[in-house]
Amino acid sequence: MAGQLLQPGYEENKLQRVSKLLPCRDVQSSMLLALMGEPEQYSYPSIFIYGHRATGKSHVIHTLLKELDIPYATVTCVECVSLGLLFEQVLFSLFGPDSATLLSRSPSLSDFVRVYKQLCVQNPAKQTKYIVLDRAELLRDMDANLLPAFLRLQELVEDNVTVILLSEIVWDKFRPNTGCFEPLLLHFPDYSKDELQQILSEDSHPSYSTELYSAFINILLGVFYSVCRDLRELRHLAALNFAKFVEPLESGKVNESETHKLWRNIEPHLKKAMQTVYLREVSSVQWEQQMEKEAGAVRGLSAHGHVELPYYSKFLLIAAYLASYNPARTDRRFFLKHHGKIKKTNFLKKHEKTSNHLLGPKPFALDRLLAIFYSVVDSRVAPSASVFSQISSLVTLQLLSQVGHNDQLDAPKYKCAVSLDFILAISRTVSFDIVKYLYDFL
Amino acid sequence: MSTSSVSKGCFVFKPSAKKRKPSPTVEDYFTHGSENMENSRLRFRTCQSLWEKMKTDTELLQEELNRKVLDSLLEFIRKSSSSFQRGTDDWRSRMRAHEIPTAALVLGVNVPDHDMTFQSLSEQLQLSVSPFVVSLQAKECAALKNLIQKVLERLMGAGVWVNDEDQCEPEQGSTSVNLKRVHCSLKTLHDWYKTVTEKTYTSTPGEKRTSIGINVQQHPPIVVIFKDLEVFSPKVLQDFIIICSRYIEQLPLIFVFGIATAPSVIQHTLPHSVSSLLGIELFQSLSCTQHLATVIDQVILTSEFPFKLSGKVLQVLVSIFLYHDFSVRNFIKGLQLALLEHFHSQPLSVLCCRKQEALGHISKLSHQDVERIQQLPSFMRYVEQQGPQDQVELLTNDDHVKEVCVKLLIDLHKYHKNYYPILRCLHVLTSSLPKYPLGKQIRELHISCLEKNVWDNEEYASAMTLLRMMAKEELVSLLQKCSVILKPGKTKKMRAVLLRLDDLITRFTKSLLEMKESRRTKKMSQFEILRDEVLEFFDSLVRCHLAPPESQPLYEVCYYSSSAVLRRHLNATPRTSIQTALSNPYHYLKNESLRTEDGTFSSAAPDICIVYKLHLECGRLINLYDWLEAYATVVSAAEGKDPESADYGKVDELKHARFIQAVSELEFLGFIKSTKQKTDHVSRLTWGGC
Repeated sequence: MAGQLLQPGYEENKLQRVSKLLPCRDVQSSMLLALMGEPEQYSYPSIFIYGHRATGKSHVIHTLLKELDIPYATVTCVECVSLGLLFEQVLFSLFGPDSATLLSRSPSLSDFVRVYKQLCVQNPAKQTKYIVLDRAELLRDMDANLLPAFLRLQELVEDNVTVILLSEIVWDKFRPNTGCFEPLLLHFPDYSKDELQQILSEDSHPSYSTELYSAFINILLGVFYSVCRDLRELRHLAALNFAKFVEPLESGKVNESETHKLWRNIEPHLKKAMQTVYLREVSSVQWEQQMEKEAGAVRGLSAHGHVELPYYSKFLLIAAYLASYNPARTDRRFFLKHHGKIKKTNFLKKHEKTSNHLLGPKPFALDRLLAIFYSVVDSRVAPSASVFSQISSLVTLQLLSQVGHNDQLDAPKYKCAVSLDFILAISRTVSFDIVKYLYDFL
Repeated sequence: MSTSSVSKGCFVFKPSAKKRKPSPTVEDYFTHGSENMENSRLRFRTCQSLWEKMKTDTELLQEELNRKVLDSLLEFIRKSSSSFQRGTDDWRSRMRAHEIPTAALVLGVNVPDHDMTFQSLSEQLQLSVSPFVVSLQAKECAALKNLIQKVLERLMGAGVWVNDEDQCEPEQGSTSVNLKRVHCSLKTLHDWYKTVTEKTYTSTPGEKRTSIGINVQQHPPIVVIFKDLEVFSPKVLQDFIIICSRYIEQLPLIFVFGIATAPSVIQHTLPHSVSSLLGIELFQSLSCTQHLATVIDQVILTSEFPFKLSGKVLQVLVSIFLYHDFSVRNFIKGLQLALLEHFHSQPLSVLCCRKQEALGHISKLSHQDVERIQQLPSFMRYVEQQGPQDQVELLTNDDHVKEVCVKLLIDLHKYHKNYYPILRCLHVLTSSLPKYPLGKQIRELHISCLEKNVWDNEEYASAMTLLRMMAKEELVSLLQKCSVILKPGKTKKMRAVLLRLDDLITRFTKSLLEMKESRRTKKMSQFEILRDEVLEFFDSLVRCHLAPPESQPLYEVCYYSSSAVLRRHLNATPRTSIQTALSNPYHYLKNESLRTEDGTFSSAAPDICIVYKLHLECGRLINLYDWLEAYATVVSAAEGKDPESADYGKVDELKHARFIQAVSELEFLGFIKSTKQKTDHVSRLTWGGC
């Protein structure tokens, strides 16, 4: 607890409680308090707070507003599938349940402003109201006038209201090109390793000493800090692995002071956790069961990469891969019997010298796909309807992707969306040596 | 018709219900155009009852096959929902991030089959876990708004229904019906869930329990099934998961992802920040090839159903499955089509039913039917083998034919009863041999047995040679398996075979002891002699019972063999049909004036056919004017004009218009398209000439 929060107009003990609830965010919270001023003073019209995931943005704001009994509305923009929903939630939290009925069926911004003003006149408040918009980056995708209007809502509704925007993106990505009112910017930096240590150590297990838990957190951070600084995720991992950590203590093999032994016990386990449960390869429940039973490891999600396909679908996919990664001019060389000798260097254009696999798949027309398909498949295939329907099934399975709009009936274009490893595995099952047909590996 | 109206106007008179013709039933379609109504009605009924039986059998089978994965899935959902109930008492669950329990259900690429699995999944869930189950398909969830709306509609619809049953507080029920579009948020769902669970479990205890199910806990989970995860737009899915994760502490949500390809698709569509909100467990269903193998085993390789497929037909169905769609449902549909075609096209299929019924039907056969029997190739072959006196009888005396048919039908049924056990035994013996000379799957062996004498195959000989080199333990274990197969022997012959086999097995175990003594001698050991004897025995069995069905008189009654018809229906080739229609219009129009010799072309054909024919003679670019002139010449010839007259082949307005129409039709069909390379030219999109 470095600095005490000080702000006239609020009770001393409340401020103290707030500062206890907000460890390692003293600078930010006192800054915010200073901006907010005394309860009835007008504040700055809009404040923009940004910082990475789990850096305490919403936590700080909500704790401040809640603990200090300030009227506020908080809205998560992902949930607002329509504008009406957003307005309704704001009015609901600021003016009570009846207010939302005043809005029309699909309200516009001016409806909102009008209703807001109307309600303001009915119940004038002395205190500053706050509207917190979480995940504010989504406001950009809504109506163009929404973001600029929220930034100067104070002026529009002529009320003592401040809008706080929370986002993980910097303000520069928000600024509309028509210009707008500039909000105050406030950055929440990532927690440092010491800060993480301090915060995580606070929720120690009731039946063990805080020192032990702190030592555990220290080991955990040693393993995970390089890959993950997300507080929520770290707390989750700590909860999952603590049981394993205290196992030797429970069985009485080690006592609390032998930290080295404890470390040796838990470290390989945490490393394994990093590759499995952290990536959600196995679920947390499975991970816990695995720890208890010491049973054989559950195979992760990505271990099941194998896809079984009908015979012709495999060849269609192979043909699509060839069409995507070979330049069209080289088809002669690969699929005609008497193509003559064409050396790679002779018909190379300058831009084709880079590997096609580095450039990614290129779109191709349906005709070309079928032409290649008929020349790679080993038997005669009738051009039946099911061959065509297999192409669209491959699209629904996301193994091919259609380029352009999918209502283009005339000469549709596709791209192959599978990796080289995948197609190698597929062509192995039909004993087709795809490498021989790939221009990049010539 | 009159009206009481004074003003003039248009009035609609709907025909009264009585006057309307009754729409034809399936049976009418089936019997349409047949000479013998009685016979074809009988056939229709036999066909229907047979199909019903097959259908219920395969459905049961599929349920059985899905049971394992569905049971573990249900267990997972039950466990997840009970861990929600336990709440956040202990330290660990308080500390843990709340993940949405998610089952990744990998079902394979045979998308048409998935519906059935999801159907039974949601039925079982509703029966035993929770009334709140929503299934979503990607095509109805293009945007987040639609997705949430669908979830709410389906859930709260169910909620209204619960209220109706209760018949209490109708005003509360009506509030949830008035679903305003603006209210489509999870908050609404949350409020609704709270009222429903509270009302159901506190106000009306006794009655309510029974209507939903006894073992439903206090907070039944809300299960959201995403039927086709691959097709969902990643953005919509991510947003929905983020929203749901905000409510997970109050709402017991559980997701089921239906995955057609591989579970790694989850990691492709969802970034780590979103997938970390899910606790994903994997469930893998049976592969579709195994599924097919079981269906074939239970439906085709059994003497239970009198209806049989010939080798070629089975080959068509299996190859559609393996080459095109991997769909068991489509396989069964194909089977249904074959069944229907058989009963529709073969009048003698009245005899294709259970033995007792068939024998009854024989006595009712008409003279015409007897003639049909006499014309059957298999019956003719049978007649040829009889003595001259018998032959005359068989060709002239209807009653005698009927008597013989009774005997032959009984023989046919016996043949089937012996065929399948022996087929299975042979498969057991050969399926473990290196390189599988007679096929890895029993269906391959079955097909080769259907086509010709299996013992004439080279593969059969090589399999026998390999068997002759088999070690004792292996051979004995295989023989024991065969003996298990033969246990439920239905015929005398099979029981005799079983006795003999058991005897051989005991002799083998005895010879085990003697073997040690005679190991060093050059002579054939006891074991080797015995082994040869066993194989001789099996060889004789195969020759006796696995003869192809063509060798059996009257086999046409049970076997459907028009593989071409089936292929044409199931594996349509639209392009070939279009080309046939254009180059040989008689094929579809059946107009005698269009009938031509091979290679020639009637000039009376429709305009588009003439234009098509002419365009085949051109290169990649076609000059429209030349084309028009050629067309005018052909049409003038069709009009019967004198070639010497002045206006022969002259282009008038009518011809011009007809030509333009035909050309634009060709363009519509994709044979030509306009080009900018040369003025007044179009380019061809197909290759090859006439």
